[in-house]
Amino acid sequence: MLWEVAIQPAEGSVDREGERTLAHARALGLESIRSVRTGRSFLVQAETDEATLRRLSEAVLSDPVVERFTLHPLPSSRNGRDGERLLNVLYKPGVTDNVGHSTREALLAAGLDVSAVATVRTYRLNGDANRADIARVRGKVLANDAIEEVIEGPLQLDSISLGKDYRFELKAIAIREMDDTALTVLSRDGQFYLSLPEMRTIRDHFRSLDRDPTDIELETVAQTWSEHCSHKTLAGRIRYRDEQRSIEFGNMLKETIFAATQTIRERLGRDDWCVSVFKDNAGIVKFEGDQNVCFKVETHNHPSAIEPYGGANTGLGGVIRDTLGTGLGARPVCNTDVFCFAPPDLPDRDLPPGVLSPQSVMHGVVAGVRDYGNRMGIPTVNGAVYFDERYLGNPLVYCGNVAMIPAAMSDKEVRVGDLIVALGGRTGRDGIHGATFSSAELTEESETVSGGAVQIGNAITEKMLADVLLAARDRRLFHAVTDCGAGGFSSAVGEMGEKTGAEVELDRAPLKYAGLSYTEIWISEAQERMVLAVPPDKADELIALCEAEGVEASVLGRFTGTGRLVLKYGGRTVGDLEMSFLHDGRPPVVREATYAPPKSLPFTLPAKSRFDDDLRAILSSWNVCSKEWVVRQYDHEVQSGSVVKPFVGVKEDGPSDAAVVRPDLKSRRGLVVSCGMNPRYGDLDPYWMAAAAIDEAVRNSVAVGADPSRIAILDNFCWGNTERPETLGSLVRAALACQEVAVAYGTPFISGKDSLNNEFSYTDADGARQTVAIPQSLLISALGQIDDVAHAVTMDLKRPGNPIFLIGETRDELGGSHFALVNGLAGGQVPTLDAGRSRRIFTALHSAIRQRLVRSCHDLSEGGLAVSLAEMAFAGGFGVEIDLAPLAATGLPDGSLLFSESNTRFAVEVTPENAKAFESAFTDLPCSRIGTVDADDRLRVRGGQGATVIDSKLADLKEAWQRPFDWT
Amino acid sequence: MLDVAVVRFPGSNCDFDALRAAERSGANASFVWHQDNDLKGADVVLLPGGFSYGDYLRSGAIARFSPVMQAVRRHAEAGGPVLGICNGFQILCEAHLLPGALMRNAGLTFVSKPVDVIVERADTAFTSAYEAGARLRLPVAHGEGRFVATGDTLRELEAEGRVVLRYVAASEASPYQPNPNGSANHIAGICNPAGNVVGIMPHPERADDALLGLGDGAGFFTSISKASVR
Repeated sequence: MLWEVAIQPAEGSVDREGERTLAHARALGLESIRSVRTGRSFLVQAETDEATLRRLSEAVLSDPVVERFTLHPLPSSRNGRDGERLLNVLYKPGVTDNVGHSTREALLAAGLDVSAVATVRTYRLNGDANRADIARVRGKVLANDAIEEVIEGPLQLDSISLGKDYRFELKAIAIREMDDTALTVLSRDGQFYLSLPEMRTIRDHFRSLDRDPTDIELETVAQTWSEHCSHKTLAGRIRYRDEQRSIEFGNMLKETIFAATQTIRERLGRDDWCVSVFKDNAGIVKFEGDQNVCFKVETHNHPSAIEPYGGANTGLGGVIRDTLGTGLGARPVCNTDVFCFAPPDLPDRDLPPGVLSPQSVMHGVVAGVRDYGNRMGIPTVNGAVYFDERYLGNPLVYCGNVAMIPAAMSDKEVRVGDLIVALGGRTGRDGIHGATFSSAELTEESETVSGGAVQIGNAITEKMLADVLLAARDRRLFHAVTDCGAGGFSSAVGEMGEKTGAEVELDRAPLKYAGLSYTEIWISEAQERMVLAVPPDKADELIALCEAEGVEASVLGRFTGTGRLVLKYGGRTVGDLEMSFLHDGRPPVVREATYAPPKSLPFTLPAKSRFDDDLRAILSSWNVCSKEWVVRQYDHEVQSGSVVKPFVGVKEDGPSDAAVVRPDLKSRRGLVVSCGMNPRYGDLDPYWMAAAAIDEAVRNSVAVGADPSRIAILDNFCWGNTERPETLGSLVRAALACQEVAVAYGTPFISGKDSLNNEFSYTDADGARQTVAIPQSLLISALGQIDDVAHAVTMDLKRPGNPIFLIGETRDELGGSHFALVNGLAGGQVPTLDAGRSRRIFTALHSAIRQRLVRSCHDLSEGGLAVSLAEMAFAGGFGVEIDLAPLAATGLPDGSLLFSESNTRFAVEVTPENAKAFESAFTDLPCSRIGTVDADDRLRVRGGQGATVIDSKLADLKEAWQRPFDWT
Repeated sequence: MLDVAVVRFPGSNCDFDALRAAERSGANASFVWHQDNDLKGADVVLLPGGFSYGDYLRSGAIARFSPVMQAVRRHAEAGGPVLGICNGFQILCEAHLLPGALMRNAGLTFVSKPVDVIVERADTAFTSAYEAGARLRLPVAHGEGRFVATGDTLRELEAEGRVVLRYVAASEASPYQPNPNGSANHIAGICNPAGNVVGIMPHPERADDALLGLGDGAGFFTSISKASVR
């Protein structure tokens, strides 16, 4: 029997959700909606009487202090004509309902025989709201089509049971007969997203075997050969040409990014501090004693475009499993998150069909990351948010995790005879075709075609999984571990068994509900699952440990010595592939990559005598303004190791350059986490964009005290469709910069990931096909180290009377700058750098910090010198008096000195007593004393000619900086 | 030396922080699992922060049914000191060891930031290291910290002086916005009539090292060693 328990706020309670919904509807101009009352319901399927359920509803389902409930059987006998319009929002069948699941557990514990619980959000609108407005509010405010459905009026359901019995039927696909057209159709309709040469290779392989493949065999090949799993474009053969050089790559990534790391490691020789690079789920470097540290950053862009909450939620969940699945398992200590969205103030009417508004995307993504990271008890300590209209249909969500691992557990090796054990969550139909979907381009239909690819995570399942995995690791109960990410068991087992072979009995996997086919079990991307290679004599101990901690463990099969991947269901063989075909059979493709520099446009600095308005405009620009609205939603202090937090200063609201975290509370040694990215520079030159991203990530770390000779970096390339030679060319050009700058800086890349095909296409109002590619978006994440966290430096000014120095050379580099952005100016020179000199500057600054000569330090990035000084001043609550005359030798006008975004620059506060010693650390390097901290509440700047060019109250500058995201 | 039990539920995530803070103050601290039926003879019980069982249904709603909570209840009824921090406070309310409920923040979002609070009761087992009226800067990190109670309950709490911590208003000395969650009467922490069961939303265990930022929270743990136990 199905019951509805409807919960309402008690009399007199404020309906905040209702108020928020109404405000949102008003913002959309839906004027006929004048009142919204919200509530929630539990649908309880149980054999019980009303009195029992009433008692339990009171004890378990509602809080008597603030809530009231009503109870009735379904289908509802009411007709719904009670003067209000009732809208019920339910999850679509199969979508993870954490509240429902948790409630069922609670009711079972309380002794009720309950078979299923689902949750419903209810909205009661004023009865005379018009149809059109209701339709808009349904789609835009109340529900997301990808995972939810809206039912109007009282519910008429009679069951919420999921799944039905599965009848085994082996499917073969007659690929041997197919011509090119048929192969292309098969690739698209099967959601394999493989190229024609790849489809031909598969066909020819099965012709040579003299049989047709089964569906599960084709799926396995498609998953393994997907861009997401194999990185076939960047790790492939590429012929590159630009204005100066022409290079043939056999494996582009290996010959640029990996090569840089190799060069650096060779140079370090016996002092090499890299441990494992580009081979495991995350990169590993040495930390202290017998502790190593790993770092990984992943993207989850396409799922986040369709369903921002679930996409970002599982994005973070996925990257945490990456470090958990590194070596024999690492303990997560902090997260970093970087997002790219369209500007939140983009008018609703400008949205193409099938696109969620930037505000909904941003709210959903932030909430998704928040709810996973906070529940896992991992502090989110670093991040950034970038805005550009080209991210409209294709937002970017980068999630990273740093984790500690004992040196002796940094390696893994599957042995023949090991059992294949699945650990953690159950397998459902969620996330089918995630790996292949993420390798495709988004269109307005993606929402409906690929809805199944979206999942919602359960952070507590992962928390329990992590705890038990680390306990099993310390007891040495397994030889190898990897996470189930894209491709599910297919990728995890396929990867682990590459050298040995594996045999899997798919019917042994525990399912969320009945009815999954053998193929669905194999490729499901249900969350919170890991695969272990367990020696048979340890299996019982592992299973007992898991049982005690409430985590499910199931033996699915074993790693054989046959070199074959054999898949069985109910004793029947449903798939049998050679590992060598799976991993090495993909046809090599030579791709063309070209780069031609854009026509350089001269940049004319507008004639101005004052720059106060420009400074305020930049402080209020989306990229620069305070992201406190985002950051405060993340727990950035759990685990008690956060020393330098995202916000610093006298009111803890100034933007920190990097986070400093103590992973071991018994030691004073710290980790430093920072990032660098500037998509605007890519439009001018992807080479210098990449160089600037590395420089920014490194200088952010160095600014808080990281040792520049001990910084590891990660690359995350998010690009458009690289089938176009010019798009691939811009990526290769960025990779070349990565190689050259990393080698010069001595900062090895230890891991990376790429996400291609970040484009959105739609049909516009005139019926024309439009495609929007994202700007070239290279995120560089840095993992630094600091000997003693008590020596970390923050960016807020500390004391009036202290001199302020500018470190680094300011050049005429306003191309791609925020000054150009707020003034609507194009062209100009993009910031470049002299890598050798930059490295010497980092070393000199670090030496000054180690000598405790630095009171505060802030890097110069978007908005240049003026923005950095303003941030330092209002963070510290002290004014500054600046004189640009000492920079006269540059020959630059005031506007350039204030706003140029030249790399490798810092503003540094020093005590008067230490000024001389500080300057002497920068012999032969650019270092100018440009001003003094004062007790006043103004930022005052005198230009090169002695005239005042900025004189603003700090409160006004701070208000400008905080206003854009004053959303609460 | 005092024995402190830190109770772990599935989803507790400030468990190690609480254990370490208790150890730093000189106590002998150990974990107790949610399925345990006793407290292994502990003198003091800490219910740490986190998201017990995910807190998807309602913070603390499931944790209160776990076997260990029967032992905690017996300990509390016998006068033994119990401190619930954040999720621990929510669990104590759900278990009716403290009155009222902790609801979704007025701003509807999770909030992680430092707040200023006044110690109004310096005679509990967890606040005796402070002077009454002391002003502390402590971090909060919660989505459901808005204390709500009936008018009668609120009047009773105030009349009996059972508000242990209260958020203070912004002033020259405190740049922070008061009351991060919309709590009734700006309540940040309360105790039971006997004063041995205390629930607070701020996290003193994250603020026990002045060298690295906040140090005001250490007193909650040093108080324990001064506590007169049973």
